[in-house]
Amino acid sequence: MSKGFQKIISTAVPLNIENVDTDQIIPARFLKATSRDGFGKNLFRDWRYENDDETKPKKDFILNNPAYKGRILIAAKNFGCGSSREHAAWAIKDAGFDVVVSSFFADIFKNNSLNNFLLPVTVSESFLQKIFTALEKDPQTKIEVNLREQTIRLSGSPETLSPGEGLGEAFGISAYKKTCLLNGYDDIDYLLSSKEDIIKYEAENTL
Amino acid sequence: MFLHHAVLKKGKMGKTLFEKIWDKHIVKTIDGGPSVLYIDKHFIHEVTSPQAFTGLNKRGIKVFRPGRVIATADHNVPTLNQHLPIKEELSRLQVEALKKNCAEQGIELYGLGHPFQGIVHVIGPELGITQPGMTIVCGDSHTSTHGAFGNIAFGIGTSEVEMVLATQCILQTKPKLMRINIEGQLDKAVVSKDIVLYILSQITSSGATGYAVEFAGSAIRSLSMEARMTICNMSIEMGARCGMIAPDETTFNYLKGRKFAPSGEKWERKLTYWKTLYSDKDAVFDKEITINAEDIEPMITYGTNPGMGVGITGHIPALNEIEENEKLSFEKSLAYMGLQPGTNIKGKKVDYVFIGSCTNSRIEDLRMVASFVRGKHKAADVEVWIVPGSKQVEKQAIEEGIDKIFAEAGFTLRQPGCSACLGMNEDKIPAGKYCISTSNRNFEGRQGPNARTFLASPLSAAAAAITGMVTDVREMLTSNN
Repeated sequence: MSKGFQKIISTAVPLNIENVDTDQIIPARFLKATSRDGFGKNLFRDWRYENDDETKPKKDFILNNPAYKGRILIAAKNFGCGSSREHAAWAIKDAGFDVVVSSFFADIFKNNSLNNFLLPVTVSESFLQKIFTALEKDPQTKIEVNLREQTIRLSGSPETLSPGEGLGEAFGISAYKKTCLLNGYDDIDYLLSSKEDIIKYEAENTL
Repeated sequence: MFLHHAVLKKGKMGKTLFEKIWDKHIVKTIDGGPSVLYIDKHFIHEVTSPQAFTGLNKRGIKVFRPGRVIATADHNVPTLNQHLPIKEELSRLQVEALKKNCAEQGIELYGLGHPFQGIVHVIGPELGITQPGMTIVCGDSHTSTHGAFGNIAFGIGTSEVEMVLATQCILQTKPKLMRINIEGQLDKAVVSKDIVLYILSQITSSGATGYAVEFAGSAIRSLSMEARMTICNMSIEMGARCGMIAPDETTFNYLKGRKFAPSGEKWERKLTYWKTLYSDKDAVFDKEITINAEDIEPMITYGTNPGMGVGITGHIPALNEIEENEKLSFEKSLAYMGLQPGTNIKGKKVDYVFIGSCTNSRIEDLRMVASFVRGKHKAADVEVWIVPGSKQVEKQAIEEGIDKIFAEAGFTLRQPGCSACLGMNEDKIPAGKYCISTSNRNFEGRQGPNARTFLASPLSAAAAAITGMVTDVREMLTSNN
């Protein structure tokens, strides 16, 4: 998702593990860079490779499964807990994802994602399970995320769903953040434009 | 554990401690969005700040209020031979970048070799920079530590570090409010680390996500400042936005006379304000929990998140005690740890003991360990690392002769830094080895690739160092301890 996000239709990668912490997303030993670039190759490093060896990918890890590709990462409950390292969001983004879907995100990770135009989409636990089931049955299942309408929809392979099951769900996002994402603004732009208010606050609040 | 139901009241209600501080720091609120929150103190370190400075340079702007920013080097630094250049090139470059950025922007840096250097969440309080009623941020999730003084302190990402450097403000949405009361008398050998591990075992590692948590109750009031910091430190492990404890005489006595604490007339003025910082009797929380202090025993974790802990006499849950949808994650976790469901952890052999981190590396922690191990010696095949939280803690430990007690016990007293808590420097636990650790996270690979972590109190860690296995420290206590 480059700046100015509207809608994404993509296949997805399902990571059905709960409580994924940011140490798994990007281990601490890869935090030594002084730029924001290049973290994607170390995304989930210790889950991807045996003994840190890139020639020995762990076959059972989903990111190593050629059947699953796409710009949407489907994660389980309490994704992104632990350390505040923004490198986690940078790594996911750098690996080609624009959206992360979960039933529950850790606070700091969610903010970090939004600040990097990586859209965190919170869905109900039941809809999340539907997505996992659909992807398990058909890795080609496409998911549509529409930020303007705030909807997420399973598309492409409706036959993978049981009769009567919903195909989509609405998701929440603050009106402010939505405007930022749709237009490619960031918080620093906004705060810099508020300097006068900040200086006024300082003058009135000396203790 | 008792869960209260939030009572909806009409009319004017009192304010919580959180609200009193929050309201005072709002510059303005965006319609349908977050508030612009003014930040009193901003701590930075070498790992999460370089990209923020690069961002400022790209925008062509300077740090807005350099006097409100305090820097130290802690995450990456070696804990031996700190007087020598850092061997590991990338670490050295990060530490050098911090030095350069601070010099260019006029930020006070307590870097390697400075008498105030140390873990960012240890030095803020010990220097008296951390004070009640403040808003404090740092690009580190354990910033919640500072909340022990009755302030709003939380961890932020690097984009937010840039935001605060640029404007001394951050955009924040007001979290929900939770109060956790710990009432009653703590059992002997039960310390604040056990309290917080117990809370985590009850509410899980996501039990406070979306909330600011106030810790209260008679057991909390009875704790020293340093013990309170241990609890607030780990509020992020419950997912909380921040943790806090209302300031009281313990807080004021701790602060008085510290390097950057106010003095004279200013102290009196601040003190008057600080004494107003408590949750009013009729203040309403979105959620309230009460725990009996008597229910808490020395705690130990068995899994790969801090919520996976039990009392030392308890056992790892059996498979039939785990909810169906959590079985996969539970089994993955135990497989990583090399442990079996339904078994005891007590008696499990340990290879390493790490006493340190922003959770438990303060002088009281070191004193607690020293008083327990005096005259004892570590088990033969256990490696014991003691890493003080700061140069000041290290100096005090040496002045008090604690270093000699450690040396006689076969423990190594290293130099200050984050060290084996996150294994960014060379202090890593080897693959497959078990470490009983006073740090805050037992995540997979946290202490080194494939390292296995048992989280515990300094006292329980010290007991394991002596016996070479996970031990109920109460069985080793004599009248001398």
